[in-house]
Amino acid sequence: MNFKNLREYLAWLYFQYLLITGIYVLEPWEKSIFNSILFTAIAMVIYTSYVFVPIHVRLALEFFSGICGGQPESTVALMN
Amino acid sequence: MTESPATKPVDGEACERVKNGLKPERNGLVRSLHRCHERQYKHHSLADEEEVHTASHYGSLYTQPFLESFEETPMLVAVLTYMGYGILTIFGYLRDFLRHWKIERCYIAREKEEQRDFVPLYQDFENFYTRNLYMRIRDNWNRPICSVPGAKMDLMERMSNDYNWTFEYTGRVVQEVINMGSYNYLGFAENTGPCADSVAKVTAEYGVGVASTRQETGNLDKHEEMEKLVAQFLGMESAMAFGMGFATNSMNIPALVGKGCLILSDELNHASLVLGARLSGSTIRVFKHNNMQSLEKLLREAIVHGQPRTHRPWKKILIVVEGIYSMEGSIVRLPEVIALKKRYRAYLYLDEAHSIGALGPRGRGVVDYFGLDPCDVDVLMGTFTKSFGAAGGYIAGKRELIEFLRSHSHSAVYATSMSPPVVEQIITSMKCIMGEDGTTIGRERVTQLAENTVYFRRRLRELGFIIYGNNDSPVVPLMLYMPAKIGAFGREMLKRNIGVVVVGFPATPIIESRARFCISAAHTTDMLDRALSVISEVGDLLQLKYSRHRKRPLAARPFDDSVYEDIDD
Ligand SMILES: Cc1ncc(COP(=O)(O)O)c(C=O)c1O
Repeated sequence: MNFKNLREYLAWLYFQYLLITGIYVLEPWEKSIFNSILFTAIAMVIYTSYVFVPIHVRLALEFFSGICGGQPESTVALMN
Repeated sequence: MTESPATKPVDGEACERVKNGLKPERNGLVRSLHRCHERQYKHHSLADEEEVHTASHYGSLYTQPFLESFEETPMLVAVLTYMGYGILTIFGYLRDFLRHWKIERCYIAREKEEQRDFVPLYQDFENFYTRNLYMRIRDNWNRPICSVPGAKMDLMERMSNDYNWTFEYTGRVVQEVINMGSYNYLGFAENTGPCADSVAKVTAEYGVGVASTRQETGNLDKHEEMEKLVAQFLGMESAMAFGMGFATNSMNIPALVGKGCLILSDELNHASLVLGARLSGSTIRVFKHNNMQSLEKLLREAIVHGQPRTHRPWKKILIVVEGIYSMEGSIVRLPEVIALKKRYRAYLYLDEAHSIGALGPRGRGVVDYFGLDPCDVDVLMGTFTKSFGAAGGYIAGKRELIEFLRSHSHSAVYATSMSPPVVEQIITSMKCIMGEDGTTIGRERVTQLAENTVYFRRRLRELGFIIYGNNDSPVVPLMLYMPAKIGAFGREMLKRNIGVVVVGFPATPIIESRARFCISAAHTTDMLDRALSVISEVGDLLQLKYSRHRKRPLAARPFDDSVYEDIDD
C-alpha cells in the first residue's frame, strides 16, 4: 500500500482496527462504547504502570541485591 | 475440512490393486497400510508441513495431475477471528438486553406475550446470529437485479436508514456490474441468441405449461425428446427429468433406498442430498470430505458388522457424493470412489449439479473429466439450473433403474411436468454443447471456461490470497475469515462495480468465511483482469492476502513415482 500522507495512513490503520475487532459492522453508538471502554482500559493500564512499575522495580532491585549482595563476602571467605 | 495427505497413497495403492484384478484378500492389507504410511512420512518430510496439499497421480487411476489445496488457516488470523466474533457476540447480548426491556424497538419476530410459558422459538444460536450479526451486513445478500444475470448485470440500488432492517429503493440502477456470483458456467444465461429464439418459438407453440403430471396429461413430445437427448449426452442408457433439482435429490433417494439400507454421505453434501437421505429412513454414516480412507473404513465396517443389533448384512449400501462441491471448490476423487464401490459392491449416487457442463473436455461432467466410463456410476444426477441456464434436474442410469423411478419416485408421480420453454432451453443448450447445432460454440465455451478457471485461480494465488479447492474447478472460494471482512468485502467490491457472493456461517464453519467466485465462459479476459485488479486492491485494503506460499507454484512439488513400485508384491 502506498499512502500519500500520514492522514491517509492513519485512516487505513483505523480501518484495520475496525475490521480486526469486528466493530466495522456495529452502529456508531456501539462503536463509541467499544472505543471508550478500550481506551479507558488502556489508559488505566498505562497510568497504573506509570505509578507502580518504578516502585516494583525498586523493590525487586532491593530484593535481589539483598540476595546477591550478602553472598560474595562469604564466598570470598571460603575461597581464602 | 482439510484432509490428510498421508491417506492418499493407501487408497491409490489399494484401488490400483483392484484394477489389476487381484483379489483384495491376497495381501495383508494391514501390512501394506503400514508400509505405505512409513513411506509416506519419508516422502512428506521433504514437503512443507503447513499446507495440506495433495497431488495424486499414482498408477493408472488418474490420467492427469489431481491438484487440490486447502491451505491451513494462519494461527493469528484464527485467533483474531474468534476475538471478532466474541466482541460481536457481546454487543449482540447488549442489544438483546435492550430489546428485552423495550429500551429499543425490536423489528424481528420474537416470543409473543401470550406464549410466555411455551417452548422458546427464537432463542437458539442461529436466531441470535441472524438478529445480531447477519442483519448488520444484510445488504450484501439478496440484492435485486434487473437484467439478465450474464457476465454483466444491472443492480437496483437500495439504501437503508435503519442499519439494514428495512431497505428503500433509490430508483437508480447500478449498471454494468461484473457478475462473479452466478452459476452461469457456460454463459447460457442470455436473452439473445439461438437458445432464446427457439425458446420464444416454443413458447408461442406450446404455451408455458400444462399444469399436469407426466403420468397424466402433462407428457409432451418435448419431454421425451429432452430425456433421450440427456441420456445420449451423458452416455447412459436412459434418463428422466424433473422440474426442480432440489426435489430430484430429496425425492429420489427415498425411492432408491429405505429401511435396512446404508447411506455413506460426504460431510459437505448439499442440503438436498441430506434431506433425501434423512427422508429415506435408512441409516446414514458420514465420511470426511473427499477422504477415501475414511470412506473405505466405513465401507469395511459396514460389511464386517452389518446392521446394528441384528448384524444382518445391509440390504444396499449407497455412496452419495457430489461432482464439484460448491462451497469448497473441490472435485470428488471419482476414480478412487469407483474403485472402492466396485471392490465393496456398493452403489454410487453422483450429484453433478455443478460439474455437468463445467468439467471435462466435452463438458460431460466429472466422469468425462477423469475419462471414466459413465456406466460405472449407478445413479447419475445433475441439474439444468447451472450450466444450461434453465431449471430442473435429471437422473440417468440403467433402463431398469429409470423405469423403476418413473413409477416409484414421488417427484415423478406428483409433480407437474416441466414447462416447455424451459425444456427447449435445455435442448438447445445441450445440443450446442454437443455440437449438434452445427457450430463449435459449445465446445469453445467449454474450453473457454477451463482456460478462464485456470487463469483466474493462478492469478489469485500469485496475488497471495488463500483459495480453496481443485485447480480445475470453476468455483473459487477466497478466504476472508473475519466477520467484519465479510461485509466489508462485499461492499467494497460493489463500490468498484463487481458483484460477488460472500458466504459465512451456517453455510461454512464459523471461522472459515469466504467469498465465492463462479467463473463463467462468458467472462472475457478483460473482465477477469478488471476483476482481479479490483480484488487485489480490495485485498490490500482489507489485508486479505493471508497466504504464506506466495512464491511457490502449486505444481512445483516433485513427485517420486518410484516410491510405491515395490509395494505390489
Ligand atoms: C449439489 C446440488 N444439488 C442440487 C441442487 C439443487 O438444484 P436446483 O437449484 O436446480 O433445485 C444444488 C443447487 O444449488 C446443488 O448445489
